[in-house]
Amino acid sequence: MTTMSAGIELISLAKTFNGPNGPVHAVRGVDITIAPGETVALLGPNGAGKSTTIDMLLGLLHPDAGTVSLFGMTPAEAVAAGAIGVMLQSGAVLRDLSVRELLTMMASLYPKPLDVGEALELAGITDIAKQRSDKLSGGQTQRVRFALAMISNPDLLVLDEPTVALDVEARRDFWATMRGFSERGKTVIFATHYLEEADSYSDRIILLARGEVVADGPPTEIKARVGSRTIRATLAGVGADVLEQLPGVSRAERRGEAITLICSDSDAALRALLTTYEDARDLNVSGAGLEQAFLELTADAGDLS
Amino acid sequence: MNLVYLRFELLRLFRNKRFVIFSLVLPLALFETIGHSNKADVIPGTNGLKFITFFMVSMAGYGAMIGALAGGARIAAERSAGWSRLLRLTPLKPRNYLIGKVLTAYVMSCCSVALLFIAGSIEGVRIDGFGRWAEMTGLILLGILPFIALGIIMGHKLTVDTMSPALGIGAAIFAVLGGMWGPGTSSGTMRDIGEWVPSYWIAQASHVGVGGDVWGSKGWLVVLGWSLLLGALAAQAFRRDTQRV
Repeated sequence: MTTMSAGIELISLAKTFNGPNGPVHAVRGVDITIAPGETVALLGPNGAGKSTTIDMLLGLLHPDAGTVSLFGMTPAEAVAAGAIGVMLQSGAVLRDLSVRELLTMMASLYPKPLDVGEALELAGITDIAKQRSDKLSGGQTQRVRFALAMISNPDLLVLDEPTVALDVEARRDFWATMRGFSERGKTVIFATHYLEEADSYSDRIILLARGEVVADGPPTEIKARVGSRTIRATLAGVGADVLEQLPGVSRAERRGEAITLICSDSDAALRALLTTYEDARDLNVSGAGLEQAFLELTADAGDLS
Repeated sequence: MNLVYLRFELLRLFRNKRFVIFSLVLPLALFETIGHSNKADVIPGTNGLKFITFFMVSMAGYGAMIGALAGGARIAAERSAGWSRLLRLTPLKPRNYLIGKVLTAYVMSCCSVALLFIAGSIEGVRIDGFGRWAEMTGLILLGILPFIALGIIMGHKLTVDTMSPALGIGAAIFAVLGGMWGPGTSSGTMRDIGEWVPSYWIAQASHVGVGGDVWGSKGWLVVLGWSLLLGALAAQAFRRDTQRV
């Protein structure tokens, strides 16, 4: 048995911060196993625990409980071996050096770095190699930070909200570049709060909400679950259990006369609702939105606090 | 030690204009204005010691101290750019990171001292004997060790915005407590306190160049004691400083 074949294992990770209004349970018992070569999206709204999980994965934060294993190593060992490339959420570009100098400086710290010219080319920034890094556009800066993450030629690439400041076009360009690198057999973990991004660029989506994993699976499956629509209406005298039998409805709730239908196919559900119950009124169909979808997914898990 | 990394650390140092002005130009400008205009003066009560000679060695110590403090202060800017967090995710060892910071601070301090010596010699200042000059310079460069450590601590604890006033005020307080800005009175409570402040021994080191005594056991004790204490605190400040800024 070789430890090199091991991927990434987060076991029962937990972290609590002391907030002004008492303890904040940022991460509560996260278990994630990732095989080498997978591209995984950590998807969740703000405050879901994505960044805290990533900080613990990288060894920047010590977990209160649980363990992290990266290719059979501790985070510190993996960092020392140059096995991790990281693109942090913001900054990380020094002002007083040119792009090439910055990459050369960083490459010198690693045991088996990429050639600087190759990294420049991969990130598509050969043309700006001589520019000072403080005179770049947002998209260019992002590419420089991506080149910095790749320069160690890492086995694992960790990207924390990599496209948060980019426009649509720059975002698409960025992911095309990233694909080029992940196709070399690298393991990639990226955090995002864009469902479309997670859907388009990952092999697997791990949904985080309130510090817990609430769903974990291929993008198609997750998209079906959180991409749902909600129908609200006023309708008396029909039980939620009956409404759940309607086509296209995955879950139904009732509060007084108000009903809420969470739908996998809202068109079919709406048609069926109006045909079956002619006195249904005050109809409202809304896209769940990621936040709403998360709340609904986590509602089942019960409140732990 | 990684020479490529060090080379770019130094390159960054000299490309940062604001930093160079603060640590090199300020002591030099003080010397040129105050020293030059009092060029012919002789300090009363001494054996014909020229004011400008005294002022040059004092400014050399002061400039070295400022360079030392400012060396670590750059860390605040690096932290706010997220650079320090990124460096932690590289195989760069904390020890080598700190060695890099200490060396860059020393380069700054040495440049400051050298510039003052050159300016002084242009103004006609002469130090009697190479041995005395070497003793003075050597002790100054040892005496700034606690301030290099203090600069690193400040870099990790302060923000970019609070750094400039903290540096200016901090340097002034140490200069006054240590009697760096003038011959001062060499008795009373001020001196009793001053002797336990490391900047006092930088001033004493400067005075070696104009006939003062080299450090006695108390001087070594104070400088090494503060170096060890602040050095340990600097290493701790670096280790703890892993949060997002």
